Amino acid sequence: MKRHLISAADLSREEAVLVLDTAAELASVAGRPIRKLPTLRGRTVVNLFYEDSTRTRTSFEAAAKRLSADVINFSAKGSSVAKGESLKDTALTLEAMGSDAIVIRHGASGAPHRLAGWVTGSVINAGDGTHEHPTQALLDAFTIRQRLGSGDQHGADQRGTALDGVRVTIVGDILHSRVARSNVLLLSTLGAEVALVAPPTLIPHAVSSWPCKVSYDLDAELGKSDVVMMLRVQHERMTAAYFPSIREYSRRYGLDAGRMALLPEHAIVMHPGPMNRGVEIAAEVADSPRSTIVAQVANGVTVRMAVLYLMLGGAGESL
Amino acid sequence: MSDVTGEWLIKGASIVGGEVADIRLAGGMIAAVGPDLPAGAAQVLGAAGLVALPGLVDLHAHLREPGREDAETVETGTRAAALGGYTAVHAMANTEPVADTAGVVEQVWRLGQQAGHVDVRPVGAVTVGLGGKQLAELGAMADSAARVRVFSDDGHCVADPLLMRRALEYVKAFDGVIAQHAQEPRLTEGAQLNEGEVASRLGLAGWPAAAEEAIIARDCLLAAHTGSALHVCHVSTAGSVEIIRWAKSKGWRVTAEVTPHHLLLTDDLAEGYDPVFKVNPPLRAQADVDALRAALADGTIDCVATDHAPHPVEAKEAEWAAAAMGMTGLETALRVVQLAMVETGLLDWPGVADRMSVRPARIGRAAGHGQRIAEGGPASLVLYDPAAPPEAVDPATHASKSRNSPFAGMALPGRVVATFLRGTATVLDGKVTR
Repeated sequence: MKRHLISAADLSREEAVLVLDTAAELASVAGRPIRKLPTLRGRTVVNLFYEDSTRTRTSFEAAAKRLSADVINFSAKGSSVAKGESLKDTALTLEAMGSDAIVIRHGASGAPHRLAGWVTGSVINAGDGTHEHPTQALLDAFTIRQRLGSGDQHGADQRGTALDGVRVTIVGDILHSRVARSNVLLLSTLGAEVALVAPPTLIPHAVSSWPCKVSYDLDAELGKSDVVMMLRVQHERMTAAYFPSIREYSRRYGLDAGRMALLPEHAIVMHPGPMNRGVEIAAEVADSPRSTIVAQVANGVTVRMAVLYLMLGGAGESL
Repeated sequence: MSDVTGEWLIKGASIVGGEVADIRLAGGMIAAVGPDLPAGAAQVLGAAGLVALPGLVDLHAHLREPGREDAETVETGTRAAALGGYTAVHAMANTEPVADTAGVVEQVWRLGQQAGHVDVRPVGAVTVGLGGKQLAELGAMADSAARVRVFSDDGHCVADPLLMRRALEYVKAFDGVIAQHAQEPRLTEGAQLNEGEVASRLGLAGWPAAAEEAIIARDCLLAAHTGSALHVCHVSTAGSVEIIRWAKSKGWRVTAEVTPHHLLLTDDLAEGYDPVFKVNPPLRAQADVDALRAALADGTIDCVATDHAPHPVEAKEAEWAAAAMGMTGLETALRVVQLAMVETGLLDWPGVADRMSVRPARIGRAAGHGQRIAEGGPASLVLYDPAAPPEAVDPATHASKSRNSPFAGMALPGRVVATFLRGTATVLDGKVTR
């Protein structure tokens, strides 16, 4: 593994499969009476969160703790960050405290790149602005492989396999979505065929250079999808004229029970959370057996364990 | 140190890249140009292999004083200018306080006089406090000791079309020109980088070319309607070039500038999120760079202006979105132009003299600058060594107080050897004389 995980593009196909295989291996820990491995004992992982995200922070925290790492949570609130300390000074402070890895969530695209230039330890991007969120893409890929494969629930039979030919449709605010950017890169690296569906206002400029296709018509794509991934719609987009109203958005791009019926029988529905029930996803869809939303959360912990394990030098030791 | 203000005999310079001749400077004027001039009492400066150009004129620099003396002062900024071969620099109005009154422009002008490295020509703000709401006292600035002729809200666009029309009209009374920072504000809210493949991939909010082009098109029409002089700052897109070319073909009074960085650098440099490459307007695509070079070559774009924008280290040592916009440029401009325009065959030395001295002096109404190197002309000129081996730019060696050069580490050709301002050597052997 590389020293940092900042973009899903940092991962080769082999490395990405290795993360998924390692996660599958580690998933068995969750079934043990004592869910803890000694692998990262004595190592320090800092969660540096400039944005509120209990979901992602606790996922990384649980992952690090299950590997016996020491975890320091450093949030913008209640720290010197709120007093205007620069990212660089915060980085140097954490470095001086002896952090082995910094997991960073930041509102500015590229903040993890900058951080990586100022510290000697590893940097893991836990979401930067509208850029990327690579561990979300890894947990999504893991979930897809787990659910669409034929093996047992821990996916042991899929070891070594990628996502060749799996058709994934990502729906919603692509323009501002770090989840979409990372998924397009990672899923295409793994051989999946990715389609983006959104109103034209929420499709990035020059998207034609991305390894995916683009459609404005959700209904036309659903029948051809093995996976449909719904993205959260931010309410502030409405005031910026990206679409006329939240109701119109929901009618044209929301996934309700009627639309879900257009999916092939085996297809799954994903959402990175938190959901706006009744906007991009109807409650009966979110709660249906097709939904992997809860599984994604559980898989988030194991995939992040795999990333920490591989990046902090756990590789080589037996599990 | 030699007596920098005495008589000089420059031996064997290539006059604007052409004939090799001696140049005698006396009394602030060029006393003679010709072969084998006698030295007499003059100090002799060997200039074999050097190109003599009229002193460069920058229409667009941020000297930061008053208010941001941590980034630059008139003293340090004009030292940098002289080292870059400049003899006149237009100082933009976005200081603190804003240069929107006769008092502030006179202060900047006096600081320039005291420094003495180049002529500082203050640019007056178009609107009070750069607020875009009310015209500043343009006439008072024009009548002040600073004799302001160029007015600009640079950093901000005069977006209100009616206010822009009035400003264009009003400055006709004293032969002024409005230099517009063309940026449609609504189309560029939060904009970070050229809207295109790189910005989309990096997740940086796009700055669309149309936001520049729409304002330029509007302002060209207003200039035509009012018969006024419009100058377009830092043109950055191929589409802008087309609009300006069209306006000029109509005979309208439109001029334009391009920065050295837009002639050489492209938006893919943002890939490491290093804000040293963050600038407004942003770095664009290679097709834009090619169009800008061609437009400068054919004269559609009149001149090179640096948009020298110094910032302290902490303003750039940040996340991209939080970092300041702007790049230093005074000390590297001529070398960049050699690389981008001369070595590509797009411009010869007379062309460089035209685009970096003659035309900007004319647009800025800078009397005594941009003159031919000939007997009776002002002794303001630069001696440049285009054959100096390419050397990596090291901002730590710059006279500017700030270090935010996007060319850091790039090997640029050429070297400014000496600069003369009205017969006084401001730079000798690549060093400021005082």
